[in-house]
Amino acid sequence: MSELKPPVGPDDHTQGPLDAPIVLVEYGDYECPYCGEAYPELKAVQKAMGDSLCFVFRNFPLSQAHPHAARAAEFAEAAATIGRFWEMHDMLYENQSALDDRSLIGYATQLGFDQALIESALRGDFSTRVRRDFASGVRSGVNGTPSLFVNGRRYDGPRDADSLIDLFERGK
Amino acid sequence: MTNLPASSAAVGQAAPEFTLPSAPGRNLSLSELRGHPVVLVFYPADWSPVCGDQVALYNEMLPVFGDARIVGISVDGVWSHAAFARDRKLGFPLLADFEPKGEVARRYGVYDAGSGTAERALFVIDADGVVRWQYVSPIDVNPGADGILEALDQLPHERSGS
Repeated sequence: MSELKPPVGPDDHTQGPLDAPIVLVEYGDYECPYCGEAYPELKAVQKAMGDSLCFVFRNFPLSQAHPHAARAAEFAEAAATIGRFWEMHDMLYENQSALDDRSLIGYATQLGFDQALIESALRGDFSTRVRRDFASGVRSGVNGTPSLFVNGRRYDGPRDADSLIDLFERGK
Repeated sequence: MTNLPASSAAVGQAAPEFTLPSAPGRNLSLSELRGHPVVLVFYPADWSPVCGDQVALYNEMLPVFGDARIVGISVDGVWSHAAFARDRKLGFPLLADFEPKGEVARRYGVYDAGSGTAERALFVIDADGVVRWQYVSPIDVNPGADGILEALDQLPHERSGS
């Protein structure tokens, strides 16, 4: 069945040790309400699991359904170039209803983007990375957003924190 | 899971021909698509409440499917399909397996009489009209597209796109 391709590597955005016993990958869309619902749940899972969990985020913007999703993902990738990917990731999920360009520029300014980086993000310079994530998601069997992969296998079960923590505690 | 009837759309055999409404007043026949690989996507119903639903997902993936033709089939009527396609900005046709209800799904062995809908079933048909791959997903699990892409990759014909 559906397996993560490529496996988690140094190019990925990760929180937690890469060699953790549980590696949880989310393919997500910043404008997707279901990803927004999953966001605090996954935070709670990370907190509960500590260093035994490595959390990875890959982009899967559903641009036909969500007009701002791709640009938001590109801004998060731009933030990664100044070491602030996760702050942008969190900011976007906490402000899902305001992802228009003006709002994105506001978040970018708060995180210390200079004018050149903002212009670069608006120009689409980070779209290649986002499209590469999307293509890897398609190959991996992403079937909607969010899609979760646990240790390389697609996980179709419940996404609330308790269910995930229970699963991971048993699988450790 | 209900017992599946024996599929008459077996891998290695000619895909059963059909003609179904693709829009109010318009029909599409499988044979019109000869010359291209075809992906038949049987699904239970329009208006799934999940934003990443199967049909919307394949719509996002159209560039990845290259020259293959994607066709969705459910028992919904043409007007439901038309509204659904407009709402989701779909770039591929949805066929109405509406009258007699589920006839084409039955012919492909993927009609679920219990729910009165098609199952979540995928068929990859080559450019000559031969079934090359099929997959039936549990009804509550969206199968994604990885299996489709692997099946398309294995077709003998050169495929454009990536």
